[in-house]
Amino acid sequence: MDVLLSVLDPDYFAATIRLATPLLFATLGGILNERAGIINIGLEGTMLMAALTGVFGAWFIGSPWLGFACGVLAGALVAWIHGFVSISLGANQIVSGTAINLLGLGLSSFLIRIVFGLKEQQRVVPHFDPVSLPLLADLPLLGPVLFHQHALVYVAFLLVPVLWVILYRTRWGLMITAVGEHPRAASSVGIDPLRVRYACTVLSGALAGAGGAFLSLGQLHFFQDEMVAGRGFIALAALIFGRWNPIGGMIACLIFGAADALQFRGQAVGLGVPHQFMLMFPYVLTLAILVVVGGKSQGPAAIGIPFRKS
Amino acid sequence: MSGAAAARGLQALRATSISLAAIALALAASAVLILLAGADPVAAYWALLQGAVGDGFALGNTLARTTPLIFTGLAVAFAFRCNLLNIGAEGQLYAGALASVVIGIYLTGLPSVLHIALSIAGGFLAGAAWGGLAGYLRAARGINEIISTIMLNFVAIFFVSYLVHGPLAEPPGFFHQTAMVAETARLPVIYPKSDLSVAIFLAVAVALLTAYVLWRTPFGLKLRAVGESTGTARFSGVPVNRYVFGAMSVSGGLAGLAGTTEMIGGQYRLLDFFSPGYGFDGIAVAFLGRSDPIGVVFAAFLFAALRVGANHMQRTTGLPTSLILVIQGMVILFILGVAVLEWYRRRQRG
Repeated sequence: MDVLLSVLDPDYFAATIRLATPLLFATLGGILNERAGIINIGLEGTMLMAALTGVFGAWFIGSPWLGFACGVLAGALVAWIHGFVSISLGANQIVSGTAINLLGLGLSSFLIRIVFGLKEQQRVVPHFDPVSLPLLADLPLLGPVLFHQHALVYVAFLLVPVLWVILYRTRWGLMITAVGEHPRAASSVGIDPLRVRYACTVLSGALAGAGGAFLSLGQLHFFQDEMVAGRGFIALAALIFGRWNPIGGMIACLIFGAADALQFRGQAVGLGVPHQFMLMFPYVLTLAILVVVGGKSQGPAAIGIPFRKS
Repeated sequence: MSGAAAARGLQALRATSISLAAIALALAASAVLILLAGADPVAAYWALLQGAVGDGFALGNTLARTTPLIFTGLAVAFAFRCNLLNIGAEGQLYAGALASVVIGIYLTGLPSVLHIALSIAGGFLAGAAWGGLAGYLRAARGINEIISTIMLNFVAIFFVSYLVHGPLAEPPGFFHQTAMVAETARLPVIYPKSDLSVAIFLAVAVALLTAYVLWRTPFGLKLRAVGESTGTARFSGVPVNRYVFGAMSVSGGLAGLAGTTEMIGGQYRLLDFFSPGYGFDGIAVAFLGRSDPIGVVFAAFLFAALRVGANHMQRTTGLPTSLILVIQGMVILFILGVAVLEWYRRRQRG
């Protein structure tokens, strides 16, 4: 009972939302990317580069917001490389993503040491603090959970309906889906699949970049090697769990965030279930959903296949 | 020499020169980074070389590090020959390590040769089961193997973490690790000061065997036929689903052997998160080796040499070891970038 009570406290839910946020940014980016037919397993390296650039930007410009903008731009730039290699050159997207991961991991760890120096690698930079929304934050229970968060948390969750509307209710969304399902057919009705894929890839990188910069500027306040800690891969799981739908993706991120938060709490209060099983749970659940749904609705049909104009 | 073999030789030559050019370009580009860091590129690369192959100890360490990369590289390459992307070598490696270590610890009183053989077989089968599961999901349920193997990685890694924290923890359980495998299960050490064991010979032998299977057996022929064109293969009567399952199982087994040789060839006990990403490096190694088992051996050696040499480079020049990851990433990107020439010609024309 004690355990249950300690889990059901506002702090726990607030932590869940906070932990879900960087994942949500990356997941939304991944959804956009994959719906256009490009898979990017380089999200991890992209987020790392953005986390680093965010820290550099915040330090040298002196503002977390401009630092965050630098992180977003870095994410877009890294994704552009993935786009050039896998869209223009038609190379294997998995191999390109692997290269991006190696590069991101290496370059971020190299540059932090060179720019800040060995002794000051973990220099704390100007960062984001939680913002209380007036009136709403005073609500009992809901206030501390929902309305006393970093500004970027609100941004991430607002992006969910925005992306949903774009994907399901606009011409752009239709074009993106067409390119992801059947680029040849899309091309024959006058859509340029390469341009659509580029746009989605670069935007996706910007979103992953937002996730990375949120991690460094919103949570850690400095840069640390490998600080993304697999979240780029978790985002790939979350978007599949959410069936390539922004709302589903958000639910997945909240579940993954809750499991993550529970891990800390479970260790603290002795929850009975080994914490590794809590960490494993989202992936087993994702697999189970895939097995049950199976067959046809496996996401965009043309995913991973380069498009060549003939 | 037959025409086909000659053509394959020519292709291999072209692929090798592209790889070498990409390595040279990556080293040149990284030299700029080294200069920016205020160090001397020539001194840095010399230190790298010394640290990787400069003496017996260095070479021993490099070869020890080459072993798991050969196995994970072969794993990815084997699946890729069937047009399957096995991102799950990391999880399959953990599965193999787990089986080998359990056999190594709890099956005692066996003659050494038998104990080692059982441990290797167990590691292969456990990896094959984990890879085969993804193959089954693909064949029976149409689930993309890229997606399923990403999930299965996490499951395997966390499961091993659970075991070494609980049921398999070495008594009295202060440390999160298993007991050590019995002496009889350990592979003979070649170079005592380093971790080098006969596992490296096993790895090279398995690479040769893999090449033989791929190019000289009906299984390999049909597997590659499925990889080149699923439609054509199915039309000519190849049971595609069975080959998808078979390719993923063998691929997983090969990755499992990376775990096995880490366990009985040098580490002797299982810790959580013990692999520094050998499974993911396998993707890059397979690509650099052009999904050719012999190419994989050389690519694995290069990756291992860079990683081992990096420590010496860091000690003597102060450059962070992470520079090596940048070089490796760039090598891959530059090889992919060779297509830029073709792309440019297309643009000129069109």
